[in-house]
Amino acid sequence: MVAASRYPTEPLKLWKKAKELREQYYANYARAHDKGGLRWSGSAWALDAIPTAFGDDVYPLTGEPYAAAISADHKFAKQCMDAAESVGFARDLCSYMRIYWGGMHLNKYLFGGEYPKPDFIFQTQICCSHSKWYQHVARTEKVPEFYLDVSVGPYKDLTEERLNYVASQLHEGIEFVEKATGRKCDDERLIRAVKNEMRSAVLWAEICQFNKAVPAPLDEKTMYSLYVLATLHKSSQWCVDFYEELRDEVKDRVARGIAAVPNERCRIMTDSQPPWAFLKIFRYLESFGAVSIGSLYTFGLTGIWETKPDGSWGPRTLPWEKGAEMRTREQVLRLHADWTLAKPMFQGFFDPQIKTEMMKTVVKEWKVDGVMLHLNRGCEGSSMGIMENRLGLASSGIPVMSYEGNMGDDREFDEVRSQARVDAFMEQLGLRQLTV
Amino acid sequence: MITAGIDMGSRSIKIVLLEDIQVEGAPQIKYDMKKPYLMMPGDLDLDQAAEIAFDNACKEAGVSRERVNKVVSTGAGRRQVGFAADSVTEMTAGAKGAVYVFPNAKTVVDVGAEEGRGIKADASGKATDFAGNEKCAAGAGSFAEAMSRALQLTLKEFGEASLRSDKTIPMNAQCTVFAESEVVSLIHANTPKEDIAKAVLDAVASRVCAMVRRVGIERDVVLIGGMVHSVGFVSSLKQAMDVEELLLPEYPEYVAALGCALLAAETH
Repeated sequence: MVAASRYPTEPLKLWKKAKELREQYYANYARAHDKGGLRWSGSAWALDAIPTAFGDDVYPLTGEPYAAAISADHKFAKQCMDAAESVGFARDLCSYMRIYWGGMHLNKYLFGGEYPKPDFIFQTQICCSHSKWYQHVARTEKVPEFYLDVSVGPYKDLTEERLNYVASQLHEGIEFVEKATGRKCDDERLIRAVKNEMRSAVLWAEICQFNKAVPAPLDEKTMYSLYVLATLHKSSQWCVDFYEELRDEVKDRVARGIAAVPNERCRIMTDSQPPWAFLKIFRYLESFGAVSIGSLYTFGLTGIWETKPDGSWGPRTLPWEKGAEMRTREQVLRLHADWTLAKPMFQGFFDPQIKTEMMKTVVKEWKVDGVMLHLNRGCEGSSMGIMENRLGLASSGIPVMSYEGNMGDDREFDEVRSQARVDAFMEQLGLRQLTV
Repeated sequence: MITAGIDMGSRSIKIVLLEDIQVEGAPQIKYDMKKPYLMMPGDLDLDQAAEIAFDNACKEAGVSRERVNKVVSTGAGRRQVGFAADSVTEMTAGAKGAVYVFPNAKTVVDVGAEEGRGIKADASGKATDFAGNEKCAAGAGSFAEAMSRALQLTLKEFGEASLRSDKTIPMNAQCTVFAESEVVSLIHANTPKEDIAKAVLDAVASRVCAMVRRVGIERDVVLIGGMVHSVGFVSSLKQAMDVEELLLPEYPEYVAALGCALLAAETH
């Protein structure tokens, strides 16, 4: 029996295009050398405008979304983790890192063929794993490496010295890529790439902001397939163009009252990366009429936000809209550093209280009824301080549940027990299953 | 009206039959709790085990099945009870039952065979927050049971033995298997049984307490579930939670079933 819908729903028109762009991205990386292009690898958080400034044929492979894609393939993910453990790496390390390493050691690419060795590494380091991850890749594959330290404390405490420290590393990053590729940095291209990176972040935040509407036009499971594009190549023109189209479609869904979950009667937010191999847990929530409207993770990994004059949370104003000049390399890199350091997901690394306050903002403005925290054993960064977040939310009267799992290592996720947790949480929120 | 609550636990089935007693002028309905019935499931066929247990419970109570107006189930196998009109989680059932038995209860600690949990309850018996152990059973009864077997004691003897110890031996292992190897090491080191028993029960209490702290420890605190029968565990838990009193129901393993029977009565 299926309960009657409360709202109209329809598939997202751009869904197919999002999938095609993602497939194209992985194919482009693998085939980069065919036409004399270059490949680089680094984190989804890397400031990718720098390598983009060296040509449209410089293709990235960002490690986290690549490992997440592998983790949805139980068999290959297991092979990768086994391979990493065979080399001697411990099972409790970052699961994305282990999966990426395993694929490299197996010399297999998820999308067919051999692991496409990068020509250089361009990486940020906000958590311990980030640097070690690519240090091992660089040493194994014997390719040059560059690390950008962004661990300068929370954005609210940013000083000139701290900003200069990061901005100066961006200059060094350009010198590094010049040396590693033999190409010269094109400053016009750099300015365009930085602007694209900023526009991607703002467009994604705009899209997420539409989920304040009731019913929510997007559910988080769908958002995972959309936000990922900015984690692949946020400074690319294709990413900006797609997000503009997507923003318009989501805006239209809100105007027409189109729901992601037609039975929406309860709004949940999550935290941290989900256990990728078990996204069906979101479908299970829907059987209670619960929609996950997103999370600080989906909103703030690539989206950049600010508090607006009316106190609400919205997309950050673009620097050039505030009159900032972006004509020289110096100006652009400084703005780029400042922009990146405001990333919401960075803030939790420095102070869980800041993250708690942002979560409370989301709860209030996105009309959230309860919070599901994933105690993610696979990611030290996004799980850091999560129990403090729990206390902060609960003491504000916000219903919270937690479940243990691992974003990439499905051996650490207990489906039955997690589902039982969801049952109890739904009861706590006064909900019964709508569909049987 | 007669209602029933059935708790399909991982080890045993617990059933409570309730008959409401209308007392004129009384502020609330009183319930007469029929004799509880407990059985071990004979096989893995939970549907059949539930049927047999319910039949036997009705016979014990002298009530025909037809007279039971509504059945609500809980426990790990709650969805296997074909004759139940509804099912609820252990959190909802435990909070409801505990607050009925102890109306001032605000924190309910439930330690069963495979799971331990902390529940925050409001005055109506609604669970408002909860925390439970995850994949490890080291904060649950089966762990204490396994360790008592290693010492060749019954669970009751194990609990009593721990009270004779004044030692504090830390057990650091985070899972049953490794904890057992710690116990074996203590045995080989000629550590007295009572000291080992106390170390084990302190460790279980410490893990349970850490879970309960997640929801906050607010008086009155009630302990339900089979581990109430271990006097040593009760003592260890009181100490770990730093509370003077832990309220203990007369039939601790039937509280969740009682909660179900109450919910059945309220919703019939």
